[in-house]
Amino acid sequence: MTLPAEATAVTPAAPKPRPTLRLLRNLLPYWRRLLPAALASAGSELAAAALMATAAWLITRAAEQPPLASVSLAIVAVRALALGRGALRYTDRLLGHDGVLRAVAGFRTRVYEALVPLAPAGTPAFRSGDLLARLVDDVDAAQNLLLRVLIPAAAACTVAAGATVVASALLPQAGAVLGLLLLVAGLLVPMLVLALSRRTSYAENAVRSELAALTLDLTQGAADLAACGARGRAHERTRRATARIAALERRAAWTTSLASTTVLLFQAAATVGVTWLALRAHAAGELSAVHLTVLAVLALVSFEALTPLPAAARHLADVRVSARRLADLLDTPPPVTEPLVPAPLATHEPLGVDITGLRVRHHPDGPAALDGLSLSLPPGHLTVLLGASGSGKSTLIAALMRFVPYESGSIRLGGRELRDYAGTDARRAITGMTQDAHVFHTTIRANLLLARPDATDADLHEAARRARLLDWIESLPDRWHTLLGQNGSAMSGGQRQRLLLARALLADPPVLVLDEPTEGLDPDTAAAVLSDILRATHGRTTLLITHNPAGLAADQILTLDNGRIQSIAPRPRPGWRRKQCPARS
Amino acid sequence: MKPVERRLTRELPVLRRHMTYSSALALLAAGLVVTRATLLATVLADGFAGRQFRSAPLVALAAVMTLSALLTWARGVLAQRTAAGTKRALRERITARLHDTGPLRLTARRHGETVTLLTRGLDALDAYVVGYLPTMTAAAVVPLTVVAWLAWTDWASALIVVVTLPLIPVFGALVGAHTARRTARQWQLLSRLGGHFLDVVAGLPTLRAFGRERHQAEVVGEMADAHRRATMRTLRVAFLSSFVLETVATLSVALVAVPVGLRLLGGELDLRTALVVLFLAPEAYLPLRAAGAAFHDSAEGIAVAEQVFGVLDEAADSEDPPGLAGPADPAEGGGRGVPAVRAGCRAPAPAARSALLRLEGVTVQYPNRASPALRDVSLSVRPGEHIALVGPSGAGKSTLLALLLAFTAPTSGRITVGGTDLADLDPDAWRSQVAWVPQRPHLFAATVADNIRLARPEASDAEVRRAARAAFADLFVEELPRAYETPLGEHGAGLSAGQRQRIALARAFLKDAPVLLLDEPTAHLDPRSEAAVTRATVRLMRGKTSIVVAHRTSLLPYADRIVTVESGSVAPAAQAPPALTMPSARPEGLMAP
Repeated sequence: MTLPAEATAVTPAAPKPRPTLRLLRNLLPYWRRLLPAALASAGSELAAAALMATAAWLITRAAEQPPLASVSLAIVAVRALALGRGALRYTDRLLGHDGVLRAVAGFRTRVYEALVPLAPAGTPAFRSGDLLARLVDDVDAAQNLLLRVLIPAAAACTVAAGATVVASALLPQAGAVLGLLLLVAGLLVPMLVLALSRRTSYAENAVRSELAALTLDLTQGAADLAACGARGRAHERTRRATARIAALERRAAWTTSLASTTVLLFQAAATVGVTWLALRAHAAGELSAVHLTVLAVLALVSFEALTPLPAAARHLADVRVSARRLADLLDTPPPVTEPLVPAPLATHEPLGVDITGLRVRHHPDGPAALDGLSLSLPPGHLTVLLGASGSGKSTLIAALMRFVPYESGSIRLGGRELRDYAGTDARRAITGMTQDAHVFHTTIRANLLLARPDATDADLHEAARRARLLDWIESLPDRWHTLLGQNGSAMSGGQRQRLLLARALLADPPVLVLDEPTEGLDPDTAAAVLSDILRATHGRTTLLITHNPAGLAADQILTLDNGRIQSIAPRPRPGWRRKQCPARS
Repeated sequence: MKPVERRLTRELPVLRRHMTYSSALALLAAGLVVTRATLLATVLADGFAGRQFRSAPLVALAAVMTLSALLTWARGVLAQRTAAGTKRALRERITARLHDTGPLRLTARRHGETVTLLTRGLDALDAYVVGYLPTMTAAAVVPLTVVAWLAWTDWASALIVVVTLPLIPVFGALVGAHTARRTARQWQLLSRLGGHFLDVVAGLPTLRAFGRERHQAEVVGEMADAHRRATMRTLRVAFLSSFVLETVATLSVALVAVPVGLRLLGGELDLRTALVVLFLAPEAYLPLRAAGAAFHDSAEGIAVAEQVFGVLDEAADSEDPPGLAGPADPAEGGGRGVPAVRAGCRAPAPAARSALLRLEGVTVQYPNRASPALRDVSLSVRPGEHIALVGPSGAGKSTLLALLLAFTAPTSGRITVGGTDLADLDPDAWRSQVAWVPQRPHLFAATVADNIRLARPEASDAEVRRAARAAFADLFVEELPRAYETPLGEHGAGLSAGQRQRIALARAFLKDAPVLLLDEPTAHLDPRSEAAVTRATVRLMRGKTSIVVAHRTSLLPYADRIVTVESGSVAPAAQAPPALTMPSARPEGLMAP
């Protein structure tokens, strides 16, 4: 039996052919580990079939009442097969899981490497936690392809082939019937499952995502609903969606167990057909009585190896969806091309940035996010950039950090064009706190050290102190070794922003960029964090993006609108901002 | 059965019915198994004896096997439909529970888990209902039937089966208990290692920002390897149980077949009986083995059921505001699960347009909090008056608004509307006279127009447009791909914070309620959005009794009176807070109280 899925995997609409095969190719280097597992699995299924066939032979032969010696070998075989079956199954499971986990570990690294140049602008996954979680699930779906599709399919093939060969040797026409029925069942059943899964899932997915949206409305929007007297209506809609899901599932129930029923029907046909052929051949004297029972039992038990196939096909249907998404991801070209020969960049001296006529578009035929932007970040100066949401502030940071390419205009850093440097060098010079900054599920210390792995404890203390995070850290029972939750959920919004700030300060780049460091904080905390930032960034080239200009004093304050600088605030007196506390105005 | 399972079957009649039907069908299936074995043995024994070929037994065998296949299908259909019914019943109970929970309490926390539970989470019950329950009933019914038939056919073989059969559950329980202990210890480590990849991928932009992406590539490999080693340590033990069960089952077949063969040699047994024994013996063990496998699959379903009951049972008090659950009546000692709003007399809501709003010595004490959120607050608001509430975050400003919305009730003291106690009013009737613009309004998974229509679903398109225009929302709405028909919400068009505020203001314009409650509507906006939202808000406040939480916002100048809330207490009214200065000039024509 081959995998019928691959034949149907190529749909005219799919731009990349055979994503499942491509996924498989990524896992193939691990065949040395997987082959023994497949062999053990096939061996275990063969042992189960052989146990019954041998026992049938033993009993029928014994009924002819020969001397004990002529059945003693069969007795030993029956006992050995009985023991071997479980042992082989155990081996198969262990080897299979070990091999598959190795293969997935390797594949994870491969996907990670493909993702590196795409983060954060090259794929939509980085804009949504759900998409990212799904991506990780897709990678893990590779496990199912091997463990729940390929290995059971291989075992089923082996048993089917073995049974057919033995039956053919005993009675060619019985072998032909058995082989044919096994083949048809083995092809038909998975195809049936794949066809059915495609039909039902679409409508169900639509209602399910509707239910998810409605639930979010019922919970997150409960207060809005209650204030508007609309809770009853919303609950009624949810009730209707729930009823629709149940109706679809009830309808689908008629077809879900069709595949297993089909296997059983083929088993019935094979058992009756082979027995009938064997009986006729026995009556004609062409087949010994012993072989008569062996054939009947063989027909009966060989179909048991096909029972995992419906489940395998269901897994294959899911894996194909994952494989297609992964193929799309692996084929995505990086948004930024690296220079062939990167220019050297010295980052130990103060650097300034000069931007002229910068034009950036997120899509080749989309609107320009930055359109003719010019600005200069003089060394040692604080530049504040204001602007409405969507005015292109974060795009500017992404362009400076070489996450997105620029179409025209120039960014000059240290006297050379930014795109002449390697991306990693550019980010050594220009980095800081981005809007999507992530708090890793590890210790505070490790989260900070990320910015500068060779930092000493004194450096860490200093960065934390300047971000006014030190008191909080020292108040924790595990202090620097406190484990932070999933994306910093164990800390308050203010602490999270301060941690990200401390990390950016620790990195100590020649050009520090801070993108909305007070985003999501309540006004009091925002003012406190902002004033700390002003104090901590004294004397370095800093670009601070914010939408709350209240009380800010900077070397220059610019407003960005529609992708270009719209207004430049008069430059305050030098040193003015240091003397006045900007927190309260 | 675990307590959760007992509760599931107790509370869901559909499951009880399913158990009854599936027991009956399992009995029928056992009968068919026995018949099949007997028929096949008869056919083969007849052939062996060289008797005349008869087609009748063979046709009967075909019929029995076909019937058995159809029975499998029927059991599958029944189980799947039961699963659908179970999930529907539980979904409805969860949403009903959400309906009865105070809105503040729902809004206050994150609901990713509830959403997941209601959608994909409950699907884990499929394995329990479709896989585990029928297997368990079969495990109770089939072995008994098979052994009974075996005993009637050949008691010696039946004895071997009877002795070895209990070994499966006994070994299963022994090994299971051992592995459960081992795996429980590993679980935390496994989930942490397993979650590492997602964490690193989610943090990839940050890793690149600090040039650590190359280093992490190795870490990804190392962590995946550590995950594999930890998993394999667990699995080596976990798979032992199935190894033991399968070996017991297959070894028993050998234990039955070999003596039968020896007795045949001695002529003590006929071939037909021997074959019946051979065919039937594995069938006695099969359901128990299947139950062992299904037991593992069911664990997730049971965990989900526990989660569901956790949501359903959540005590109404925990750490949340009393919420809609009504006042914790001091006479009753303010116990758990207080019924929604005081039952009994429901006074008709007085017309709020001309009613005096009064808070009289109101204290709100949230359970499990050291100090009250509001302490002995008295305040009266004249019809048409504009009050600005100022004070540091957490001072109790939002609690004050929640009180006026009847989202929460005073622990002591009372709120009156034109002299009637708010607690005596039907909350929905009262809220129909109040418009509320929260700090972060929720956008519903519906069109822009329906989002604006939230309080008045019957409003015409023209009215919706008029409200949007008044809220300065018309311009950006018309730029959306499908203007007022553009879907919003999680998967809809993304709107900026300022745009969301203006949708909420349009909602309030359309509702046109005499009392207006605004919670820092401009707090998170950029200057330009703030200006637009301020203009719209000021326009909305015209002629309405308005209470605005306006700390640090541009709305302050438009208030008639500024009330400072500080750690639960209200400073003497009409006194401007020291940190803030009132602008001398107020735009004319906007206020007209």
